[in-house]
Amino acid sequence: MLTLQLALRSLRNRRLTTILTVMSIALSVSLLVGVETVRRGIRESFAGTIRGTDLIVGARGGSQQLLMSSVFGLGAPAGSVEWSTYERWARHPGVAWTIPISLGDSYYGYRVVGTTSAFFEHYHYRNDGNVTAAEGRLFEGERDVVIGIEVAKTRQLSIGSEIVLTHGLRGTGISDHEEHPFTVVGILARTSTPVDRSVFITLEGIEGMHEGMAPESPDGWTQPKFAPLQLPGADGASATPTAPAPPPMPGAAAPEGEGLATSADEHAGHAHKLTAFLLGTKARSASLMLQRQMNTDRVEPLTAILPAVALTELWHSIGYAEDGARIITGAVLIVGLLGMLVALYSTLQERRREMAILRSLGAGPGRIAALLVLESGLLAVVGAFVGLGLVYGLLGVGQGLAERHFGVYIPITPPGSLEWLYLGGVIVAGVLVGLVPAWRAYRNTLQDGLTIRL
Amino acid sequence: MSDRPAAIAIEDLVFGYRPGREVLRLDTLTVAAGDRVFLHGPSGSGKTTLLGLIAGVLTPTEGRVRILGQDLATLPSSQRDGYRGTHIGYLFQLFNLIPYLSVTENIALPCRLHAKRRARIGGGLDIASEAERLAVRLELGQFLTTPVTELSVGQQQRVAAARALIGAPELIIADEPTSALDTDLRDRFLELLFECCDEAKATLLFVSHDLALGTRFHRVLSLPTLNTAGGR
Repeated sequence: MLTLQLALRSLRNRRLTTILTVMSIALSVSLLVGVETVRRGIRESFAGTIRGTDLIVGARGGSQQLLMSSVFGLGAPAGSVEWSTYERWARHPGVAWTIPISLGDSYYGYRVVGTTSAFFEHYHYRNDGNVTAAEGRLFEGERDVVIGIEVAKTRQLSIGSEIVLTHGLRGTGISDHEEHPFTVVGILARTSTPVDRSVFITLEGIEGMHEGMAPESPDGWTQPKFAPLQLPGADGASATPTAPAPPPMPGAAAPEGEGLATSADEHAGHAHKLTAFLLGTKARSASLMLQRQMNTDRVEPLTAILPAVALTELWHSIGYAEDGARIITGAVLIVGLLGMLVALYSTLQERRREMAILRSLGAGPGRIAALLVLESGLLAVVGAFVGLGLVYGLLGVGQGLAERHFGVYIPITPPGSLEWLYLGGVIVAGVLVGLVPAWRAYRNTLQDGLTIRL
Repeated sequence: MSDRPAAIAIEDLVFGYRPGREVLRLDTLTVAAGDRVFLHGPSGSGKTTLLGLIAGVLTPTEGRVRILGQDLATLPSSQRDGYRGTHIGYLFQLFNLIPYLSVTENIALPCRLHAKRRARIGGGLDIASEAERLAVRLELGQFLTTPVTELSVGQQQRVAAARALIGAPELIIADEPTSALDTDLRDRFLELLFECCDEAKATLLFVSHDLALGTRFHRVLSLPTLNTAGGR
């Protein structure tokens, strides 16, 4: 009790060093816990983005690419799926429902999703919630658009606003679909998923918007827009909604597009092609068999993925980055603890006097060593909890930012067993580090006896 | 007085920090209980070593040091620390105080460290009141809340004296406590120290190189004469 009081008073006496040491420990603890929280938040957020969907189906390609492009609005899809193929699988006896998805347009960088009302009926996210309209209604007509809450806020749109969508995924201006404006009929309730940053129109809307455009327009994801080659009216015939899809012939329509054909062909003929479709089975156990059947479809090369499996693969592939982050935060923690060691050790010389006084008063070397261990322990405990507080403070501020800018919802939960483990570890490490100056003080004390060294 | 064991009884003492290099050799040194002894010890006479042995921080190579009848060498080191804290009040030449504690907290420290010393506080006072009483007794009444680092040297030495006296230890060891004080302050300090030692019936071993002070003590001993180590 007396030792604790002495430790506290001694730390208070060296206020600046104490505060700096506590801060360095707090920062490393907050980094350690923060990285973990963000990591888990991203995982949960990603996992929570899609629920209840048994299979995601797209053109033959990588499963990560399909997952990212169809659900998270990241990156480019590998290709497209024929409407006839989609219809064929939608009628499969094991399939309960399907959500067709057509991508390739944007609105000020926000992704435009062409789909049907099935999306609002069957798409589920976190806690099996549906996507619903917070204001207005869902789309019905060809010119209706419903927008995610972030789109509405950022672009300051409200019910009745007229908007023009852009061909391709980036920028505005050159290839705006100005001739085909849409009217905002609904604003969706917040989902904390990429839906908040998406614009939804009907498949008919996609069709209508692209009428009169070249069926093959390889506006590569990073390529300049292809408008100059587009001769209004000239290609109109080949893009009629009902015509069967011509085989991709990139060379014919766009000489510069050669070699980009398969991946850049994200957009060709919305009328008869989809980017992907989501699917629910009647019996979940049939998912695997259905996946195999689709992956071996003889008519069109498809890739069907189980969302959960694809996510697991994703975690596996980014596991190295996570390990890297962990190693760095661990190193930062070690630096923080070493800072404490230096701070305590460097005071030992000037504190030899204090130790000799305590010795003359009958305090044994053990008590003096305990005083130093207690000081480092206190620094570690306070640092750990300040760090924890810092994490929650930063989460409180950063939660909204992460949601707005990355569509990642990081839940703020009370510290779990892992956080407590980290905190306990930091405190134990702090005490262990304190043993070094304590041992030195013990030695000094025995050596000095009652001699006051200056 | 004679029924009380000698405060300090040293017999055939030999001490060296390393084998064969003795720095102290004392045939006999006895300080009776209640005595007020001046030990003349210029630097290099083995003074620090002798005080370390009496306080139980060092153990003799040969011979015996008994404090209040207790041979310190027979106690384990943790008990020696406790014995010192309980029975000895120690005064340094300078820098006696823990800088981050207040005046009364500094004075109270020995009683907080040792229950036996706490138990000896008379008059039904608690530690804080006793510390305050001693501070006032040593003319520090108006400095109770002053940070110790802002006290003058003379004031600091009086705080240290109060701390040595609290809980009535039987033996007070003062290691040149007045060497940093000017003559007036030194005389007043000695006066107060003597009065308080008498009130507490404490034995005083006062070490100094300033022989002029010796006249005010019951006995004057010369360490260079007593110490026969190395043919001195």
